[in-house]
Amino acid sequence: MSTTTTAAATPAQAAAAIPKARFDGLPIALVVLLALAALPLIGSPSTWVTLTVAGLAMGMIIFIIASGLTLVFGLMDVLNFGHGVFIALGAYLATSVFAAMSGWTTAPELWRGLVPIFATMFVAMLLASAVGWAFERVLIRPVYGQHLKQILITMGGMIIGEELIKVIWGATPITIEMPEALRGVVTLFGDAAVEKFRLLATVVGVLVLVAMLFTLNRTKLGLLIRAGVQDREMVESLGYRIRRLFVGVFVAGSALAGLGGALWGIYQHGVLPQIGAQVNVLIFIVIIIGGLGSTTGCLIGALLVGLMANYTGFLAPKVAMFSNIGLMVAILLWRPQGLYPVANR
Amino acid sequence: MLNRLLSHDLPRNRVLALVLLVILLALALTPFLFPGTKALNVAAKIIVFILLAASFDLLLGYTGIVSFAQTMFFGIGAYGVAIASSMIGPTWGALALGIVVALVVSLALSLLIGLFSLRVKAIFFAMITLAVASAFLTLASQLSDFTGGEDGLTFKVPEALRPGTEYLNGTPLGASVDGRFATYYLLFFVALALVLMLLRIVNSPFGRVLQAIRENDFRAEAIGYRTVVYRTIASVLSALFATLAGVLLALWLRYNGPDTTLSFEIMLDVLLIVVIGGMGTVYGAVIGGVLLVLAQNYLQDLMKLGASAVEGIPVVAQLVSPDRWLLWLGILFVLSVYYFPSGVVGRLRAMRRGGPAP
Repeated sequence: MSTTTTAAATPAQAAAAIPKARFDGLPIALVVLLALAALPLIGSPSTWVTLTVAGLAMGMIIFIIASGLTLVFGLMDVLNFGHGVFIALGAYLATSVFAAMSGWTTAPELWRGLVPIFATMFVAMLLASAVGWAFERVLIRPVYGQHLKQILITMGGMIIGEELIKVIWGATPITIEMPEALRGVVTLFGDAAVEKFRLLATVVGVLVLVAMLFTLNRTKLGLLIRAGVQDREMVESLGYRIRRLFVGVFVAGSALAGLGGALWGIYQHGVLPQIGAQVNVLIFIVIIIGGLGSTTGCLIGALLVGLMANYTGFLAPKVAMFSNIGLMVAILLWRPQGLYPVANR
Repeated sequence: MLNRLLSHDLPRNRVLALVLLVILLALALTPFLFPGTKALNVAAKIIVFILLAASFDLLLGYTGIVSFAQTMFFGIGAYGVAIASSMIGPTWGALALGIVVALVVSLALSLLIGLFSLRVKAIFFAMITLAVASAFLTLASQLSDFTGGEDGLTFKVPEALRPGTEYLNGTPLGASVDGRFATYYLLFFVALALVLMLLRIVNSPFGRVLQAIRENDFRAEAIGYRTVVYRTIASVLSALFATLAGVLLALWLRYNGPDTTLSFEIMLDVLLIVVIGGMGTVYGAVIGGVLLVLAQNYLQDLMKLGASAVEGIPVVAQLVSPDRWLLWLGILFVLSVYYFPSGVVGRLRAMRRGGPAP
């Protein structure tokens, strides 16, 4: 692997020079613009900082969940309506892990509070990827290339998954107690209160983003994935087994959904069986905004949705859910294929 | 005569014809055959869901579009009646106004969604309708001054349809002929007429174009049909029929709330009905509707028996517990998409031809 990276480094740098000249910065400016536009509406700068950090944290969690979905769609034209199952699975595993590690969650030291969170993340990723593998194998493989059936089958998978979760964990909502050490707020810039867990979620999100960007842009695997998104048949005719690649991406996407679901469950301080369906709606909006199949678009879309949800939640709570739809409509009117349209779609 | 009534789309299978006849007769005679409130409620629900599923089949089965907003239009119809009746009063005028306003709202909304998203890609439509429907659900539960919020609206129907109105003294033939009785038959005949109308639509030249689009939209476009226009008209028609189904449900329940008409569970129910019954056949909606509503109301009783039989075995007992009936329907749903995509009806029709299932 090390030899390929060094060998690929020079052409990659050379290649990076070309798209950079054409890189479309407008959507990124949109995020900044949205944040700045909200400042005068909210009035107090400290509230604005609190809301912005909350929005970024939410956006990063949504990004973690949605990135797998958008790649799966981009690579194989498979739209997985059952993505919510992995989210719900991750969130429910968080409840179990927290319950099992109650000794750690009540400890006041920061590092002891972090242990159950990282354990949760690990367990959620592991099990979600296993379930994702089975899901792909059993449900999706027989219906490649048939959109209608894919939607129906994955929806069916969603129903079954949700019911099985109810079998295992029960149908009543479960609350998640935040570890003692991560409760409360950190004060930034004098008087802006920011919840500790939100900072942690943002950090995890950035780490995932960096790892993903590195894999996609600096490894041969990533090169193949990006090429597959652009033109699947061409990659196949060059002799690469795109199906195997796809299974890998699907499993990774499920693992990320599990990770994101665990974070989402902790972020919401509790889970209920419908969590998967609820978050599903949100991530569909995100990947439509971003452009189906685009990772960058997914990030921008997630940040926009996260910020928007928090700003409108503060300014006009009644229309919070509607604001996302409004955002989606506005962006589709501007760019009908999403912020970053993927070629060949 | 019968041929004209069914738009030349006969059941084409003896068993199917028999089952449909039994369903028709059972629904027509429910007040006489099965006394009791529960049976009548179940029958009324079956009627409404048959209409709703048939309207959804126009989209899913005939045009090949997946929409998750069918319950939104269902809810618009129910809310139209509920809001008009509770604001203006229990008069026929208010009812008519509510229905007209609901139809106009559904028309405008479905036209907007259709023109906006059917142009791009069919898969867009699925996602956008899902998002819009969930936003609508939130909106309906937030605007509590108008819609009654989470609690919903309980309202009075016109005098003639109230349970207190007695038309005949005593119970001739074993049924009390009151407002409830009248409402039931209003539902029955309106739904019957609408389902026959849907059958007429799907067997018209317009319906043929829809099926052509479902099979190969590129070719349909090449022959000269504007697929966007046809798809949009199909989604608007489907929305209007769903709205009327909502009107009927509200009239029957004299109540409407987000959980009764708008929730995602109902959308899943409709999906299950259409897929299990048979996509692309209006009769499938009839069979599926009966199966699902009966399962919802009576399968749980059956599972209760099963659960008591395996009590004590940890996981198995959980799996057959009456609350998990949806799990089994979900598995049935997945299996039917794989192995008999044309559902019960398609299966029965294939049997007659003696060939393998399509």
